[in-house]
Amino acid sequence: MKASATDKAIIEARKITKQFPGVLALNNVDLRVYAGKVNAVVGENGAGKSTLMNILSGVYTEYDGELLLDGQKIKFKDTTDARNVGISIIHQELQLVPQLSIAENIFLGREPLTKMRTIDRQKMEEESRVLLSKLELDADVNGKISSLRIGQQQIVEIAKALSFDVRVLIMDEPTSALSESETTTLFKLIESLKRDGVAIVYITHKMNELTQLADFVTVLRDGCSVHESAVKNIPVDDVVKLMVGRDIQDFFVKQPHVKGDVRLKIENMSMKKSGKSGKYLLKNISFDVHASEVLGIYGLMGAGRTELFEAILGLHPTRTSGTVCIDQKSIKISSPDVAIKAGIAFIPEDRKHDGLVLNMAIAHNISLASMDKILKNGLLSANLEQKQAEMYREKLKIKSTSSSQSVAKLSGGNQQKVVVSKWLATDPKILFLDEPTRGIDVNAKNEIYKIIDDLAVEGIAIVIVSSELPEIMAISDRIITLCEGRYSGEFARAEFTEEKILHAALPQ
Amino acid sequence: MKKQKIDISNLQPLIALILMAVAMTMMSDHFATKDNLFNVARQISVNICISVGMTMVILTGGIDLSVGSILAFTGAVAAGLFKNGLEIEGMNLFVGTTLFGAICIALVVGVFLGWFNGLMITKFKVPPFVATLAMLTIARGLTMLYTKGFPITQLGGQFNYIGTGWFLGMPMPVWISIVVISVSVFFMNKTRTGRYIYAIGGNERAAILSGIKVNKVKLFVYMIAGALAGIGGLLVTARLDSAQPNAGMGYELDSIAAVVIGGTSLSGGKGSIIGTVIGAGIIGVLNNGLVLLNVSPFWQQVIKGLVILLAVIIDKIQKEK
Repeated sequence: MKASATDKAIIEARKITKQFPGVLALNNVDLRVYAGKVNAVVGENGAGKSTLMNILSGVYTEYDGELLLDGQKIKFKDTTDARNVGISIIHQELQLVPQLSIAENIFLGREPLTKMRTIDRQKMEEESRVLLSKLELDADVNGKISSLRIGQQQIVEIAKALSFDVRVLIMDEPTSALSESETTTLFKLIESLKRDGVAIVYITHKMNELTQLADFVTVLRDGCSVHESAVKNIPVDDVVKLMVGRDIQDFFVKQPHVKGDVRLKIENMSMKKSGKSGKYLLKNISFDVHASEVLGIYGLMGAGRTELFEAILGLHPTRTSGTVCIDQKSIKISSPDVAIKAGIAFIPEDRKHDGLVLNMAIAHNISLASMDKILKNGLLSANLEQKQAEMYREKLKIKSTSSSQSVAKLSGGNQQKVVVSKWLATDPKILFLDEPTRGIDVNAKNEIYKIIDDLAVEGIAIVIVSSELPEIMAISDRIITLCEGRYSGEFARAEFTEEKILHAALPQ
Repeated sequence: MKKQKIDISNLQPLIALILMAVAMTMMSDHFATKDNLFNVARQISVNICISVGMTMVILTGGIDLSVGSILAFTGAVAAGLFKNGLEIEGMNLFVGTTLFGAICIALVVGVFLGWFNGLMITKFKVPPFVATLAMLTIARGLTMLYTKGFPITQLGGQFNYIGTGWFLGMPMPVWISIVVISVSVFFMNKTRTGRYIYAIGGNERAAILSGIKVNKVKLFVYMIAGALAGIGGLLVTARLDSAQPNAGMGYELDSIAAVVIGGTSLSGGKGSIIGTVIGAGIIGVLNNGLVLLNVSPFWQQVIKGLVILLAVIIDKIQKEK
């Protein structure tokens, strides 16, 4: 279904294919972007949205297929190349230098110069002021980025994009860290950009934004483009079905299990910000988890989800206060090794950065947190280590050539299974998972859900953080919400609805 | 035990060493004689001792620039204690030391200076480069203070035997380096701490989250580097029959070169003791060969530098494939 024969796309992607080691991120994807319109790209995490945007904006230069700009074939050498023809991207993780001022960030890398070849601060500040007033951001252009709130920082990013002659502005989930009022401001801004004829590529997985904002929609699923049309031509429910491919309940069925005794009880957990600001990242959070229970923790970016895990694990003992009880015994956790001995396992959000030693073998990664188990007379036994690795390789179906293969060469899903194995090897009583399915494909996701559910049946208490509502609603028995470092709601499984949970998580 | 698959890229330094040895054998009649080979082995024994410690430090993602100075200070302490005993001015105290006692105290001094490095790095978060650079001048200064700037000479046959003597058909320094290599290879492959050293260099955050006491391991590694520099100090002093206040200058660079040529990554996590030993061998054969071929010492330095570059470039190309 074509949008309209009269509209001509500014930029068009044809049969784009991108292969990463172990993952086919994009498979023959088509995309058309129209001037003066909001072109939404929707899809689940791992569907390939970000990869596609990185190709459009010149971040990735190796791919198959072609890009057309105004009907002409084009290939970008780098992001500067893309920017020069008017394509700018605002990444989900903002790319600003916190220590520099607003003006310095806007003109970073192309500062206006005086005749003496020094930076023309006056001109830089003047132009920045013009941009900010156009975007209705009331802030000092000489103020540091770090003093701005996330929503304001995002507007600086937009100012930066506008300071180039932008024709296509790509926004990757721009509202994921914004409050409701900030979101409204952003939407107004987008409307005015539209009037100026800028093509907006808007990535989201929030359906209300789609209907509110977008003119065209492209749906990606597992690296393929499965639908493209005007938004008014397709009901939202159909978009959701296309995104998921099937209902989440259809393929993941929670096994019945009986909740056991209280395993972990957290009371009044607070954590200060580092430095002398005296501000709190977490404030007076209390909750408990029972054996065989899956507790979901939901919150927006910056709500303190990861900080909560780090506080419990004893990563910042000097800034943390509150009590932790495991099996009714109070315990002081001053470092991760104490937490591990007490039966806590932690599967971090960023497996490459926090979970794995990439150039080490699968077997060595699995044994890292439970070395005692593979000792024989106090020395490492390659034999025991090998056996343990083979056991998990089979149990969790880790696709690999052998247990001595380095984990760097595995796909995201299989890497995640290695992290899970590492923590299962510690015989945990309580398992924390932070975004356990981020960036892995749908099949691997299902396997991870199944593993989590099996572990709950075996009696492990599970605490899971996820920013995907359907996911967390499908696997949790109970959900608590966090908002700006505070506890903001609790829901039993019977009460789960997307609206209620989201509402509790949004800043009021 | 199951045999591990051998990765061809790890064999590169060994192949280079063999090729160099073959080339030297063809170019010089003198190279492949028993005397000369033992000579090379004896010459590299000091570098091997230091470099084994350096390998462990670099595997954790650190660096130790102070080994040359620690070597000088421990050598001086051992020689001074052995020759003059322990004299504490103002207290009228004099304690004579046996050779064994002098060696032990010297090694403790080496461990202590390494511990100080480690403390600065783990407790006060001083970057390893800076912390050990400071120790480079501190330990050199201590050496000058202790020796008052003059060599401590004529230590006698017993001490001298460690550096020049033979035991069961092999020079003593060669025996000592073989012991150092064997113990450290065993340590790196068979103990938890050895594994943790790799994990810390590979991904420090993952190591912390896995419950590894990263600071303890690092502290330990710098202590070992100090101890091994101490052993190097004993060998140098014993061979020259004197402790020179400026001994070991620039040894840290030869040692880093051996580690790098041996295929250990300067960013940590990847490499091996055996690779470093081969790296030290390559430098040794190169030095020896250039002397045998009458290449001027100035050119020798240029060539050595080029070999280091070549080794790293080949390694990079290999990895990108």
